[in-house]
Amino acid sequence: MSSVTRHVLDNGLVVILKEVHTAPIISWWVLYRVGSRNERTGTTGVSHWVEHMLFKGTDMFPPGALDKAIDRLGGSWNAQTFLDYTAYYETLPAEHVDLALRLEADRMINAKFDPKEVDSERTVIISERQGAENSPTFWLTEEVQGAAFRVHGYHHEIIGDMTDLETMTRDDLYNHYKRHYVPNNAIAVAVGDFDSAEMLEKIKALYGVIPAGEQPKLFARPEPDQMGERRVRVERPGRGTFIEVGYHVPAANHPDWFKMEILNSILCGADSMGGGGIDNKTSRLYKALVETELAAGVDGGMTQTVDPFLYTISLTLREGRDPEEVESALYREIDRLREGDITERELARAKKQARALFAYSTERITTQAFWLAFAESFDSYNWFEGYLARLEAVTLEDVHEVAQMYLRPQNRTVGYFVPVTAEGDEDDYEEFDE
Amino acid sequence: MTLPSAQNITRVVLDNGITILVYENFAAESVIISGSLQVGSAYEPAHKNGLSAMTAVALMRGTRTRDFTTIHEALEDVGADISVGGGWYRTNISGKSLAEDLPNVLDVLADVLRNPTFPETHIDRLRGETLTSLQIRSQDTRYRAGRAFYETLYPEGHPYHAPTRGTLESVPTLTALDLTAFHKGHYGGKNMIIVVVGAIKAADAVELIRARFGDWNNPDQPDQIAPADVAPITESKRTVITLPGKSQADIVLGTLGPSRHAPDFTAAQLANSVLGQFGMMGRIGKSVREQGGLAYYAYSQVEGGLAPLPWHVVAGVNPENIDLAIQKITDEVRRMTEEAVSEDDLADNQAYFTGHLPLQLESNEGIGDTLHNMELYGRGLDYLVNYRDMIYSVTRDDILATARHYLNADRLVMGIATP
Repeated sequence: MSSVTRHVLDNGLVVILKEVHTAPIISWWVLYRVGSRNERTGTTGVSHWVEHMLFKGTDMFPPGALDKAIDRLGGSWNAQTFLDYTAYYETLPAEHVDLALRLEADRMINAKFDPKEVDSERTVIISERQGAENSPTFWLTEEVQGAAFRVHGYHHEIIGDMTDLETMTRDDLYNHYKRHYVPNNAIAVAVGDFDSAEMLEKIKALYGVIPAGEQPKLFARPEPDQMGERRVRVERPGRGTFIEVGYHVPAANHPDWFKMEILNSILCGADSMGGGGIDNKTSRLYKALVETELAAGVDGGMTQTVDPFLYTISLTLREGRDPEEVESALYREIDRLREGDITERELARAKKQARALFAYSTERITTQAFWLAFAESFDSYNWFEGYLARLEAVTLEDVHEVAQMYLRPQNRTVGYFVPVTAEGDEDDYEEFDE
Repeated sequence: MTLPSAQNITRVVLDNGITILVYENFAAESVIISGSLQVGSAYEPAHKNGLSAMTAVALMRGTRTRDFTTIHEALEDVGADISVGGGWYRTNISGKSLAEDLPNVLDVLADVLRNPTFPETHIDRLRGETLTSLQIRSQDTRYRAGRAFYETLYPEGHPYHAPTRGTLESVPTLTALDLTAFHKGHYGGKNMIIVVVGAIKAADAVELIRARFGDWNNPDQPDQIAPADVAPITESKRTVITLPGKSQADIVLGTLGPSRHAPDFTAAQLANSVLGQFGMMGRIGKSVREQGGLAYYAYSQVEGGLAPLPWHVVAGVNPENIDLAIQKITDEVRRMTEEAVSEDDLADNQAYFTGHLPLQLESNEGIGDTLHNMELYGRGLDYLVNYRDMIYSVTRDDILATARHYLNADRLVMGIATP
C-alpha cells in the first residue's frame, strides 16, 4: 500500500492524503469532530439533523442542485452521523473531484438553514426515527444504552429523542452548525487517483481561506463507574424475543481495545471492517447457543469510540425459549474466558480472520478514506494503518486479562425485548379492489 | 479506465454446461466468487414452498466427508466466506477469501454443492431458525407490504407469488428427505455460471474450477423452466395488513415491469431513474420527501428478472399520511405516462448511467456481479464497452412509449402494512 501523508493547514484543518491508482476514482471526506455524544438534553439528535440540513442548499448550490450534479458525473455522495462525529463524502471519477472539494468548502460555512426547509425536514427525521422504531431491536438498544450511560452523552440514540425532534428550533440547529463546523474542528481526507502535491495545493486554495473559529468546547461528561449490574426490559407487540448485553469497555485508543477485539472474534465471530463480513458458525457463542437451539442468531461487536463505550452482545432467541435460560448459557461461555480457557489456535485464527477482513475493506477507496478520517478522529490515522500489527501483538494472557477486567457482572447492562400480545392482535388482512 | 471486455475476460464453457468467467485484479490480495445454478423455487412443488431455499442453505450443514464444523472451520479459520441462497429461477453462490486460500474455498464449495448429506439434526435446527426468522419478519412492515404487493400482483401458482423462503405454514413440513430428493433431482452443472475476480491468474482459476466441477453431471437435472407469463393488470387493487404497535407504515405500489430480456428494459431503467432514483430519489423523492416532508425513503425500482419483475415504488410514511403519499406517487406515475421527459432529464440520466461505471466496477464484488449478470442475461463480453452507445441510443420518445407500455396510474397494485 502507498504511504499516507498528513498536513495541518494554518487554520487548523487536518488534511490526510493517500494515492491509490488502481481505479480512476477519488473519494473526498470531511469529518467534523462532533456527534451525538456532545448533545445536551433538549437538543438530542441535533448533530444528525444538522447533517440533513447540509443537503438543503447554500447560495452557490441551491437545494437539489448537487444531488443532480453528482449523479450526472457518475459519483455518489452521502453523510453519516455517529456517536462522536458527523462526516460527509463524495466519491467521483477522478477528473471531477473539484466539485467535491468546492461543495464541502462551501457548506462548511454557507449552509442556509432556511426555516421552511427546517420544518419540512423535521417530519422527514421523525419519519426516519419511526421507521427505526418498527424494529424491536431499536427499542432494546435505546433502553440498554440509556441504562448503561446515566451521565455521558452516549446515553441517547444518535437520531435523538422524539420529544426533542418535535421541539428543536432552527436556531438550535444553526448554532450547533456555527459552533462546530470550523476548519479547526475538521479532518479532510482524499484517497484515490491523484498526485498528492497537486491535491494539497487545491485543498489549500479552497479551504485555507476559511477562517479558523473559536475551538469548540465539546460538551462531554464522563460516565462514573458502574457499581452493579443494571437490567432493562422492553415489552411491545411483536413476535421475537431478543437479549442485548453491554459491558463498559475502553475507548478505541486504549491498548485494551485491541485485546477486546480479539476476544470478540473468539466469542462472537470477527467484526467486519466495512468490506463485508464473514460467518460466525465456529465462534464459541454460536456453538453454545445456536447449536444447542437456544438462539437463532448471535452477534457481538466492539465500537471505535472517543470515550469508553460498550462491548455489546446481541442474541435472537429461538421461538419459545426462556430468556433467563439463554442468559445463563451466555454467562457460562463468558466465565470460560474469564477463567483463561482460550487456545493458541483460536488466537491465531482471530488474527488471520482480521487480515482477510482488512483486505476486503481495502478493495474500495471510499472505505479506505472513511477509515483514515474515522481513525484520525478518535486516535490517529495510524490506528487504521497499524490495525493488523496491533492485533498481531495480542497474546493469550492479554485476552484473559481483559476478560477478567471488563466482563464482570457488575460492569454489564442486560436488556430483554419480550413480545406481548396487543389488543386485537393477529394481524388483520383486508383486500379490496379500487 | 480499462473496462472488462472480450479482451481481458477469460470465458470457458465446460462440456457439462458450466460457464466460467475470470477477471484478474491484483489491486488487493483478495478474490471473490460469484455465480448461480439453474435451480430455484420455480422448480419446487407449490405445497413445499421454501424447499429450494432451505436446500440451498442446508448444503453447508454437512457432506459425505465433512461435517458442519469441518466445513465452517475450513472457511472461517482463514477469514473466508461462502453463501448459497435460493431465488425464484436461480440459486446464487457468493464467496470470498484471500487469494492464497482460493483452492481450499473451492474445495469446500464443490463438496457442499455436489455431496451434501442434509443431516437430520441439522435440518431440524435449521427449520427452527428459519421459523424464528419468519416470525420476526412477519412483524416487519416493509417485508409485509412487499409480500402483500407480490401476492396481489402475481396470481397463485406464479413463482413470484410465493416467498422463496417459504411461510410459517409450509416450512414446518419440509423434511431432510425432501431436501435430499430435491438436491438429487435438481442440482447439477447444467447452465451453472461461476465467476472469479481478484488476485489470481485467469488460467489458474479456470483449472481450479475445472478440476472440481468438470465432471459434475446430473442426468436427473431438468431442463430450464421457461419464465412464467402474467396477465396484465386490469384494475387497481389494494391489500392492507395491520400490525399493532408499529410507528410507521410501509407502502409498496406498482405494476408489472419488463423482464431483463425485454427490448425496452434499458429505456425502462432510464424512465425509472427519472421517476424515483436520480438525484435524491428522483421525482418521487422530490415530491414525497423534499416537498412533502412525508417520508425518509420514497423511491422506485425496476428490476427486470428472468420473468417480468415489478416496476414499483417503496415508501415508509407516518400512518396518517398514507393516502397523501399514495396520491403524490400516483401523480408522478401519471406524469411519466403523459409527458415526455425533458432533454435535460434524459441527458442527466444518461450521464449518470454511463458515469457511474467506474464506481460500480471498483470492487471485486462489483465486477463479479456485473459479469455474472452479463452471462445470465446473454449480454455478451463486450457489454460494458458498448454500454455507452446503448444508453445514448435511448430517446425521449422511447422513454415515453416505455412508460406508457408498463405504467398506468389508474391500474396500480398496492401492498400496505400499517399499525
